[in-house]
Amino acid sequence: MFIKKYIQEIWGAVKSLLKGMRRTGYYFTHHKEIITQQYPDNRETLNLPERFKGEVVMPHDENNEHRCTGCQACELACPNGTIKVIFKNELNAEGKKKKAIDKLVYHLELCTMCNLCIEACPSDAIKMAQTFEHSVFDRNELTKILNKPDSKIMDGVE
Amino acid sequence: MWSFSNIANSIHEWLSNNFNPTWTIIIEMVIAGVAVISLFAILGLVLVIMERKVSAWMQIRLGPNRVGPKGMLQSFADTLKLLVKEGLTPGGADKFLFNLAPFIAMIVAMLLMAPIAFAKDFQLWDLNIGVLFVSAVSSIMVISILMAGWASNNKYSLMGAMRSGAQIVSYELSAGLSILAVVVMTGSLQVSEIIESQRNGWWIFKGHLPMLIAFVTFIIAVTAETNRAPFDLAEAESELTAGFHTEYSGMKFALFFLAEYVNVFIVCAIGATLFLGGWMPFHIGNWEGFNHVMDYIPSSIWFFGKTFFLIFLIMWFRWTFPRLRIDQLLNLEWKYLLPISMINLLVVTAMAILGWHF
Repeated sequence: MFIKKYIQEIWGAVKSLLKGMRRTGYYFTHHKEIITQQYPDNRETLNLPERFKGEVVMPHDENNEHRCTGCQACELACPNGTIKVIFKNELNAEGKKKKAIDKLVYHLELCTMCNLCIEACPSDAIKMAQTFEHSVFDRNELTKILNKPDSKIMDGVE
Repeated sequence: MWSFSNIANSIHEWLSNNFNPTWTIIIEMVIAGVAVISLFAILGLVLVIMERKVSAWMQIRLGPNRVGPKGMLQSFADTLKLLVKEGLTPGGADKFLFNLAPFIAMIVAMLLMAPIAFAKDFQLWDLNIGVLFVSAVSSIMVISILMAGWASNNKYSLMGAMRSGAQIVSYELSAGLSILAVVVMTGSLQVSEIIESQRNGWWIFKGHLPMLIAFVTFIIAVTAETNRAPFDLAEAESELTAGFHTEYSGMKFALFFLAEYVNVFIVCAIGATLFLGGWMPFHIGNWEGFNHVMDYIPSSIWFFGKTFFLIFLIMWFRWTFPRLRIDQLLNLEWKYLLPISMINLLVVTAMAILGWHF
């Protein structure tokens, strides 16, 4: 019936509006819910979300070894050519020639932090770091070489 | 005891002893004018920081927190910025109307201050048609908005002004009808008599459900009349940049901004006067002890407390509800608020005739 529908509409509207007001009222009275951070003041105690993506890094262990095999999966996965893999040939223990990375060049200025390279990597050699203060005075400083000098591939990573 | 009316009386006595009646009147008028202007300035500063803090907390933000303790002096910094900015007049604008519009907005807001009772026996002008005066003068506001929109020679401004016109013209109806509910109950349009009639209980309690409906209708209608969200189609930042004051800058913009906040204060003061008993303290039937404690709280604190509670309610609306479309806005008025408030007025009239209230 028309009148019944009319009253139902009003009741539904009032109910949903009060629901919204209850939520904002809760936030108004509970200041611990505030999520903004006073960034330059709290550099020491910065609380970044788990999935925050700042830049691509390659973790090295204490023997200066990384897990990158040079398979180029990250280079292929990257949508805008941020990663370049440069190879060198090195001799392994049996004296055979083996392909290994010379430099893994990472252009931070091109990177969109899309996380596709990390997902493509079969050996978990690269990951996203949470650093985000990337401003520099010279643009060349943004082109980074991810593997440390004289680093080697970890044993057992193929 | 210290009160606003004592101060006003002692000033009046001192002036009458030292000057002849004409000069007394003139000096009192000047004092009243200065008082109203300083109240405007204080309201502007307080309401801006209040709105910014309320909005921040409701959106889980911190809000302004750099200027002064906890950011409480932010509105002084904003005022200073607006004062030193250039008040630009666009080349294609109608210069006279463009510069006149903000002042009309301010004058309307000032006129509306006249019949408001700020404390016990403390009122600028207790005219016998106080409520009618308020609802009549507040509709002049739309002229200043239309003037600003038209004179700006800007399509966004004009659209904002036209929307505002449609909105205010329609919502005046339900605001008027809900005010009428109180007038019917009281039998008077005089502000002091309306407050006096609430000595034994505020109308929102005495009038049962119909008065509650009238109160809700009134709050919705005045939110629309002051062009605040969710009815801020006249400004609608995301659609019309800033609506009717797109072309304004500096102090002329600040006057519009101030007029908006002062209007919010005024409609909340009217709402507090009509439904929540103005400066009347909160009394419960026969609880003598409780009533005496309530009487010790000064009447001005009661008035400003109620008014700021309503202002907070309107801010709460603004930061919770999404903006309506223009057709939804007009549907809400003509299909819902107007029929409801008309039937409500009938019920209230029957209640008043049959004496079905405390």
